[in-house]
Amino acid sequence: MTERVPVLSAHDLRVSFPARHGHGVAHAVDRVNLDVYPGEIVALVGESGCGKTTLARTLLGLEKPGGGQVLHHGQPVRYTSRGLKAYRRDVQLVLQDPSGSLNPRHTVYEAVAEGLRIHGHTALGDFPDEQAKVADALARAGLRPAERFFLRYPHELSGGQRQRVVIAGALVLDPAILVADEPVASLDASVRGEILKLLLGLRDERGLSALVVTHDLGLAWNIADRVAVMYLGRIVETGPVEKILTAPEHPYTRALLSVLPESGLSEAGGAGPTILTGEAPDPTRIPTGCRFHPRCPVVASGRAAALDIEAACRGRDLPVLDGGGEAQVACHAVGSDAGAPDLRTTPTPRPGAGAAPRRRRR
Amino acid sequence: MTQPGRAPEARPDKAPTAQLLDIRNLTVTYRTGGGPLPAVRGVDLSLAAGQKLGLAGESGCGKSTLAASVLRLLPPGTTTTGEILLGGEDVLTMGWSRLRAVRWAGASIVFQGAMHSLNPVRRIAHQIAEPILLHDKVSETLAHERVAVLLEQVGLAAARASAYPHELSGGQRQRVMIAMALACSPNLIVADEPTTALDVMVQAQILRLIGDLVAAQGISLLMISHDLAVLAQTCDRLAVMYAGRIVEDGPAHQVFTDGRHPYTRALAAAFPRIGDPSSRRAPHGLPGDPPDPTALPTGCAFRPRCPLAIETCAHVDPALSVAGPGRAAACVHVTSVPTGGER
Repeated sequence: MTERVPVLSAHDLRVSFPARHGHGVAHAVDRVNLDVYPGEIVALVGESGCGKTTLARTLLGLEKPGGGQVLHHGQPVRYTSRGLKAYRRDVQLVLQDPSGSLNPRHTVYEAVAEGLRIHGHTALGDFPDEQAKVADALARAGLRPAERFFLRYPHELSGGQRQRVVIAGALVLDPAILVADEPVASLDASVRGEILKLLLGLRDERGLSALVVTHDLGLAWNIADRVAVMYLGRIVETGPVEKILTAPEHPYTRALLSVLPESGLSEAGGAGPTILTGEAPDPTRIPTGCRFHPRCPVVASGRAAALDIEAACRGRDLPVLDGGGEAQVACHAVGSDAGAPDLRTTPTPRPGAGAAPRRRRR
Repeated sequence: MTQPGRAPEARPDKAPTAQLLDIRNLTVTYRTGGGPLPAVRGVDLSLAAGQKLGLAGESGCGKSTLAASVLRLLPPGTTTTGEILLGGEDVLTMGWSRLRAVRWAGASIVFQGAMHSLNPVRRIAHQIAEPILLHDKVSETLAHERVAVLLEQVGLAAARASAYPHELSGGQRQRVMIAMALACSPNLIVADEPTTALDVMVQAQILRLIGDLVAAQGISLLMISHDLAVLAQTCDRLAVMYAGRIVEDGPAHQVFTDGRHPYTRALAAAFPRIGDPSSRRAPHGLPGDPPDPTALPTGCAFRPRCPLAIETCAHVDPALSVAGPGRAAACVHVTSVPTGGER
């Protein structure tokens, strides 16, 4: 752990857009640190509008950060066309809807070989190994025998098979990491497990890293090693999946888990689901203090006042969590609450986990 | 529940039904360019007044076709046989004027994807008022008073009445759909994937809203989803559909936690329970793809994907048979699977 360099990291990343109708600025990503290490699957979870897709797009080089850096193997990404091309070869994207991301008039072979051609690996099939590479990628994505799929069109495939073609297209360039935005959200329940098994298998057999963007906490439980919970542009809780999903500390994470049908948390706690009112808030008007306080059950129930932290919740911003592996939470109540004394919010750099100094050294 | 085993032979002979909705031997066949497509292949299903029934299955299994057939909303050219008794009247044979009266006032439907079901150029108050004006023939003032009450019931501020659909979030639009469904005080609400496109938190809000409103007003609910966990949480009873047939039916919690049919168990395992060590780093899926309705395998339609398939399955297409008190399943193993199942 100490010597590992993340494949991909966000370092104090900020992305903002002009808001609709030209009023103000939407801070979609507002200071995020996140590391993905080799052979690691990280799940980035949050409600729609929390900025998770913007973060993923920025990590792919599709948006330019307004502040902070994207680091690839410890090196800042260069936003020149040559720099981006090399970068995108190593960091591949898998989108949610395979029907929308495949060209209906391209065969499976063309869809998978396109990446090779763009990256100058082969010039329009001149090189004899193009076919071998395409076949290998399809086989790795679970489409066997691969040759049988070469000349099929997307409409001849099932949803699960289409998603496998999309994944094969990402694998053909031998990337170090996949960034998958809701990879199973549009698939049938029984097919979903098979695609997740595939991602897990690629990690186990080939050491492929993945950043999986999802609103589905069950997916994180199924395949991820670490999870980062995002709320209104900022990561509010992060750590190993076992810790964060079974003993969450941030009231937002707790609420997200408590509303899952048949969730263990609501039964064990006996408290029933904590259904937050309202929907994902407006990134053009981020509340002062803790950004979650207007919806926070700890503030609403008066527990924050009892703990004498309500003024802090409403007025004092929280430190930004670092991107490393240990469990961290950004909440004024954690630490002042008798229930959770051992996990502090302060992201003090620890040996091996303090990401920033190590990055500069490389 | 009032449901005995659902084997056809176990059905009392044409007894006057106490069920609000009674679907008998329904088949629906679409006409397509590639020949007839059997979407529903002989379904018996009933729903008592005030009961909440969940219908689970994957895309293409016929669950949405079944929902649409309850209000006869199928495209022209579709062949439907069997009976759909809604309050004792057969929806499939009733005249147009009666059908128009039954839609909205007898039974209403909440579709998935509220964006496509609302008219983008009309304010939501007008859209909710429309069925009230048509069915109850009240004055416009009175209708808009009802709209205000309905909006409050579904948790939308009265000020939102003059909003257009695009000004609302996905969850708010789904609330508008629910308000419309409630507008004419129906006896039955059919909700087809009402929360599919929504976030977990908004999904929880909408499910609670539907559950509370249905319970408070004694409305029956037929809710359709691919997510067994969502249905088990909201409904009393659960029916699981595969390739146009009901393959399992029983009390919701039992079907979810202890399915008798291997497909039910696979569907339940697809969405893991967080904290359950058996699903950690071990996603459960089913090999293969949902079947093509025009080319079903011989014998049991689930056979090619079934982990428990035996030789018999290739030539026996099992009917629903009793699988415990109030439970039924269509699997050759049902008699041999001991209580407790596999999970």
